[in-house]
Amino acid sequence: MKLELGYILIKDIQFSNVSKVENGTLFVNQDEIKALVLEDENIASCELDLARPGESIRITPVKDVIEPRVKVEGTGSIFPGTLNKVETVGNGKTHVLKGCAVVTAGKVVGFQEGIIDMVGEGAKYTPFSQLNNLVLVMNPVDGLKPHEHEKSLRMAGLKVAAHIGELARNLTPCETEVFETPSISEGIKMYPNLPRVAYVQMLQSQGLLHDTYVYGVDAKQTLSTLIYPTEIMDGAIISGNCVSACDKNTTYHHLNNPVVHDLFAEHGKTLNFVCTILTNENVFLMDKERSSDWSAKLSEMLGLDGVIISQEGFGNPDTDLIMNCKKIEAKGVKTVIITDEYAGRDGKSQSLADADAAADAVVTGGNANEVVVLPKLDKVIGSLDWVDTCAGGFDGSLAKDGTITVEIQAITGATNELGFNKLSAR
Amino acid sequence: MAKLKVVHYLNQFFAQIGGEEMAHIAPELRQGVVGPGLAFNQAFGDEAEIVATVICGDSYFNENLEDAKAKVLEMVKSQNPDIFVAGPAFNAGRYGVACGTMAELIKNELNIPVVSGMYIENPGADMFKQAVYMISTRDSATGMRDAAPKMAALALKLAKGEKVGSSAEDFYIPNGTRVNFFEEERGSKRAVNMLLKKLGGKPFVTEFPMPDFDRVEPNPAIKDITKAKIAIVTSGGIVPKGNPDRIESSSAQKYGKYDIEGLTDLTEASHETAHGGYDPVYANQDSDRVIPVDVLREFESQGKIGSLHRYFYTTTGNGTSVASSKAFAEEFSAELRNDGVDAVILTST
Repeated sequence: MKLELGYILIKDIQFSNVSKVENGTLFVNQDEIKALVLEDENIASCELDLARPGESIRITPVKDVIEPRVKVEGTGSIFPGTLNKVETVGNGKTHVLKGCAVVTAGKVVGFQEGIIDMVGEGAKYTPFSQLNNLVLVMNPVDGLKPHEHEKSLRMAGLKVAAHIGELARNLTPCETEVFETPSISEGIKMYPNLPRVAYVQMLQSQGLLHDTYVYGVDAKQTLSTLIYPTEIMDGAIISGNCVSACDKNTTYHHLNNPVVHDLFAEHGKTLNFVCTILTNENVFLMDKERSSDWSAKLSEMLGLDGVIISQEGFGNPDTDLIMNCKKIEAKGVKTVIITDEYAGRDGKSQSLADADAAADAVVTGGNANEVVVLPKLDKVIGSLDWVDTCAGGFDGSLAKDGTITVEIQAITGATNELGFNKLSAR
Repeated sequence: MAKLKVVHYLNQFFAQIGGEEMAHIAPELRQGVVGPGLAFNQAFGDEAEIVATVICGDSYFNENLEDAKAKVLEMVKSQNPDIFVAGPAFNAGRYGVACGTMAELIKNELNIPVVSGMYIENPGADMFKQAVYMISTRDSATGMRDAAPKMAALALKLAKGEKVGSSAEDFYIPNGTRVNFFEEERGSKRAVNMLLKKLGGKPFVTEFPMPDFDRVEPNPAIKDITKAKIAIVTSGGIVPKGNPDRIESSSAQKYGKYDIEGLTDLTEASHETAHGGYDPVYANQDSDRVIPVDVLREFESQGKIGSLHRYFYTTTGNGTSVASSKAFAEEFSAELRNDGVDAVILTST
């Protein structure tokens, strides 16, 4: 399967009467976007705002971040099975509005929604401080239950991102990149001497508000399965979860999965990137055993030499991570795992909830309990009402002078376990 | 600005007095630099210099421990230094232990920055790495040129009160404290590089060595459950409605103790969860789903259990460090025991 990504670089974002992309600026018609969002009868109000790199702006509580993309050639459309028809994606051509994102915010659904600071100390920890963001601040109708609330926000984000992505349909990309995965048998013939490597991606699936969707299927109801890595670039996986902000994989992270990109960079040179194995992180022991058995079994069937395993969330999923690692190593397949740590605010506590000697190659996204002080910023998009109660906050996090003292856990994407960032710990 | 004053500790070998045959020599104070001290002075530049060197034989130190400690401490103190540097000891075991012992003692007694350096397998490393910063060195003196600048840089950092970075940035032996820092490459790239090394049978360094895990053996079973007083403890975050003690939704810094005297059922109106790590909807509807007060009351009235303890203890397990959890449990376990509780039902989420 072969996919070409065409990048249209976005350097600025503005409101305008007409939505369009011109000379690297994304122009957005507010009314058009609001009308689209308010099609959903569960959403009572939607305010739009803009946040650019370097501006003194704080966005919170953030639910999801989504990159606008559009399929211009090949089968299927962006976000198959969720927003669009379920037809297979990952082939042909896709245009990407690089440098911008749609951010969904507004009244809190769970506890685990985050902060994006566009400048200052907090900006160093979130990759989204580097983007030109269109922020949707949405509030639900009265009495809406959390699950419906989450779904409405999730779908609104996808809808707006796809709508903006359409603006790129007829543009000429500044840059293109091609990603190709041969079939299993072709791969063996093409690269007989290269180690066969797959990517085991663990999807958060602990339950409502902690879910991920693959072609629209709730990941907790899936068996571990195979997917072409390019399918992920077309929105085959979307985030529906409210796991702690620092290590939730937003839809933006899925679309730009860095493990996929970095394995493709070595594909055909030092390794043969065979495919991605998707597996879940359910709460029941039987599910954990079954899913990790299956990821190990698939690794064996594919005749792999090595895998990279990435986690999402922490605590309970640490057990899934260690099971996957242990069982895949037991099949004679070498593993590297990517995780993050909860070593306490002083960094002196045990970092993971589970451990095994087989996990001898670990990459860490840092200690999520480390405390930072975020300066008062000029403007808040959303609300500071939930800073004290979000995961990573505590009673008194928000000081009278507007500074916020929180664990980096509260910052969206800070300790990402796909290895999206440079943050680490020793 | 005047240079910071450094006192350097060496053994007989690095002081160029002699090998094993001279290991018996008692502590001796010399003004200025001796042997490897030169490399340190170069590294300190204009900021610091070695004003004196204390030398002690390795056998003397280990065989006359209390006496040696007192003498070396007195000699160091007499120089009124700003910094104490010990070694590096490389893989010399007794020397490593002496360096660690003196560094820790001087840190505590004189309250000045101390730095040592040794090979990670030197027994002194395991004994003292949590007490003092120790630069990770090679296993022999060929590592001096590499070690001295690193030890000097960390010593200056400590002396100036600057924030010490992670072990990877400041080159000390990991001391059990995890410190965040920004790597050169993103995590996914580091993972690919690590996998390529592992596949190629080449050495690689994990970013997080797996700890030895603490496994708790269950206590013997209760002999007669119908007489037992049972308490509920949960990491599921169940609290009285409104979370009166504001237990954190993640990374809890406290636990709560709440009275359930006379309560037969927890309801949407009376209780909720403070936990931010799972879908709270069902726990908020009926907190008995997390702590089964309703069923235990039934059992109590039917005589299936002796009694339900008047208080339940609760915190949020979400992102809460093991150290905090241990500290909470040590405190309330004593209370439970004093209250005559025979068994605990510990629920998670």
